[in-house]
Amino acid sequence: MHPEKQKHDFEPKIIAFVCTWCTYAGADLAGTSRMQYPANVRVLKFPCTGRIDPVFILKAFQQGADGVLVSGCHPGDCHYIAGNFHARRRFAAFRKLLEFVGVDLNRLEFSWVSAAEGGKWVEIVTNLTEKVRAMGPMTEFKELALEEQWSGVINTSELQEAYNSI
Amino acid sequence: MSRIGVFICHCGENISRTVDVVRVAQEVGTRPGVAFSTDYKYMCSDPGQNLLKKAIQEQKLSHVVVAACSPRMHERTFRKAVESAGLNPFLCEMANIREHCSWVHENIEEATAKAVDIVGMMVERVKKNRVLPAITVPVTKRSLIIGGGIAGIQAALDIADAGHQVVLVEREPSIGGHMAQLSETFPTLDCSQCIMTPKMVDVANHPNITLHTYSEIELVEGFIGNFQVTIKKKARSVDEDKCTGCGVCMTKCPQKKIPNKFDCNLGMRPAIYVPFPQAVPNTPVIDRDNCTMFKTGKCGVCQKVCGPGAVDFEQQDRLIVEAVGAIVVATGFELYTIDEKPENSPIKGYGEFGYGKIPDVIDGMTFERLASASGPTGGKILRSDGKEPKQIVFIQCIGSRARDKGISYCSKVCCMYTAKHTMLYHHKIHDGQAYVFYMDARTPGKSYDEFWRRSIEEEEAVYIRGMVSRLYQKGDKIVVMGSDIAAGIQVEIEADMVVLATAVQPQKGADLLAQKLGISYDKYNFYSEAHAKLRPVECATAGIYLAGACQGPKDIPETVSQASAAAAKVMTLFSKDQMEREPIVAKVREAGCVGCFACKKICAYGAIEEKEIRDRQGNLVKVVAYVNPGVCAGCGTCQATCPSKSIELDGYTDEQIVAMIEAL
Repeated sequence: MHPEKQKHDFEPKIIAFVCTWCTYAGADLAGTSRMQYPANVRVLKFPCTGRIDPVFILKAFQQGADGVLVSGCHPGDCHYIAGNFHARRRFAAFRKLLEFVGVDLNRLEFSWVSAAEGGKWVEIVTNLTEKVRAMGPMTEFKELALEEQWSGVINTSELQEAYNSI
Repeated sequence: MSRIGVFICHCGENISRTVDVVRVAQEVGTRPGVAFSTDYKYMCSDPGQNLLKKAIQEQKLSHVVVAACSPRMHERTFRKAVESAGLNPFLCEMANIREHCSWVHENIEEATAKAVDIVGMMVERVKKNRVLPAITVPVTKRSLIIGGGIAGIQAALDIADAGHQVVLVEREPSIGGHMAQLSETFPTLDCSQCIMTPKMVDVANHPNITLHTYSEIELVEGFIGNFQVTIKKKARSVDEDKCTGCGVCMTKCPQKKIPNKFDCNLGMRPAIYVPFPQAVPNTPVIDRDNCTMFKTGKCGVCQKVCGPGAVDFEQQDRLIVEAVGAIVVATGFELYTIDEKPENSPIKGYGEFGYGKIPDVIDGMTFERLASASGPTGGKILRSDGKEPKQIVFIQCIGSRARDKGISYCSKVCCMYTAKHTMLYHHKIHDGQAYVFYMDARTPGKSYDEFWRRSIEEEEAVYIRGMVSRLYQKGDKIVVMGSDIAAGIQVEIEADMVVLATAVQPQKGADLLAQKLGISYDKYNFYSEAHAKLRPVECATAGIYLAGACQGPKDIPETVSQASAAAAKVMTLFSKDQMEREPIVAKVREAGCVGCFACKKICAYGAIEEKEIRDRQGNLVKVVAYVNPGVCAGCGTCQATCPSKSIELDGYTDEQIVAMIEAL
């Protein structure tokens, strides 16, 4: 029984950084259980959320992601004992930085999904996808990139003057 | 230039039903760097794997991406296949287009587009994969066991019988631990020493066991397979090689009234002593704090009467360094005491029981010594004034399950040993009456509940469900004020003796030993196992194993099981000369490292060490971090923590991850 696929104008791109032992396994369980969810998410596997550098989140947004999800083991259950605690602390500070920079924090989600929580994975991905869909595409980085890009053509008088003065 | 082989699996219909696998193979095949792209029905099958191997050789592939099920399923399968075709296994990656794609998206267009993305992402990642050779760590096939109680003894015998060398270190002058102090053991009422002393003698005689008693661990260095442990052998003042164990020194020693810790201070011993007659080794020790010779310089009677001339007042503490490959921690427990505790102590005393100042209020171990045939009273249960107690009140859960006293856990063994005590009491004093104040009867083991019921039905013990609020002296009796919840009344019993079932705690100094070893412990100082259910005898620190009550309160059958389990783990480690590990470990780029050691602080496994960088003249240039490849677990938390980006996790480098993000 396939529900009618609703045609949308905008398909958000969601990138998920997950840990192998809990969330990736939870997502596998969702697959084994044949649970259905939107096809917008792309999963990147890490050994532990502790490995996730905040720079990757920025990079993902830069590359055109509309939403980013970071998910790992529940606190206290980290396969590597304490990696998720370090991740939690790191991202608590990073959120403040992103907010300062002007990124809408609603596009970024942190969650704990255990290897048994296939349903929770589906819920989180679905909710984030729909939330970001309603927010629309993330244009901030694209605009910034456009501003900074130089085509190589000297097409303004300021550029001509600067070139002549070399 | 890469020559990547891409293999899209149909997985029968599991993937091909919702993902157009032929189209995925075609689209990914157009990516730069992909030299060969195909699809196949069952990649994990024999023909599938052969297809893979043939393609590697015929197409001269440099990397492989298999798009199929989850890597948690078949990464090992495909890496093995790739290795047998002559390619380093870590140049093979899997793209999950089943659990994460075909099984969760019904729309063919969407699922196929997502599959193309996923496979493309892994293609870009694999371009950054590097050859990772397997890591081998040499293993010294010798084991250290800390603690010579029943846990340490069992583990030592198991490992030694398997043909490996064992070094057993015990703090007290003799092995045996607390089990040697017990009278009879539940649920069989076996005489404790009778079943234990044969094992103790086996340990002493075993050719593979080196026994260091009256010794402590001074320093632990190294890592799994390669520990260097410094042991301090305290000065016995007796030469172990010369002493014959004749015992004349003990009979002639003029100091005879020193309280014997083994007898819970009820019995006395001389200054030169063995803690109990069945001690192993049967070599005495001089208690230098109480010996007249060491205090005043006059005496020396023991030396004069010693035939072999074994007494040596000049003997010094010695340090011995042993090289071992594995360490088993079996330091056991001690009992909680009701005395007044220091003000900021997390554990509280029992003021309501007089802080231990009321005579004939004793703990369970003291009762064992009274009941023991080789104890200070020859097995007679007597009060401090020498009279037989006609009414004994036993109180359960003293300290245990008492959040307000600082201990929330249940000590597990007390319900059983109190039932046993009522039986021993009844067997020795037929007209004595035992009362037990209890909260619950926790008797889950084999034959345990039947044993407990026996104390009520056959040994006439009276069990009162309720707690005791106060003990006070009245003449030569002790008044016990408690409640009987079943009857709904307050009760007062005038007891001749009160026996408290006190909480089981880890040994004093357990936390200091844990810090020396680098293992974790909880707020009660019990040592932490790596996983509460699935890894109960290992520590998170590789190469260190746990056995017995130091990990949590337990009875003798469980202790013996756990000791044998720890021994089995050690034997697994020793089964090869070299330990092989997956090379997903961190490496430090020494040029960039400034030696801040943030990585060392956050590494949960203690895998990071300090390494000196010296110039050709030998001058110290800087101290950098070094990751021990034998210990690193491969989580990568160090890399995300490093402020100078000088540490990298092989297999999950920044280049690999950024390549994946950029591909999307």
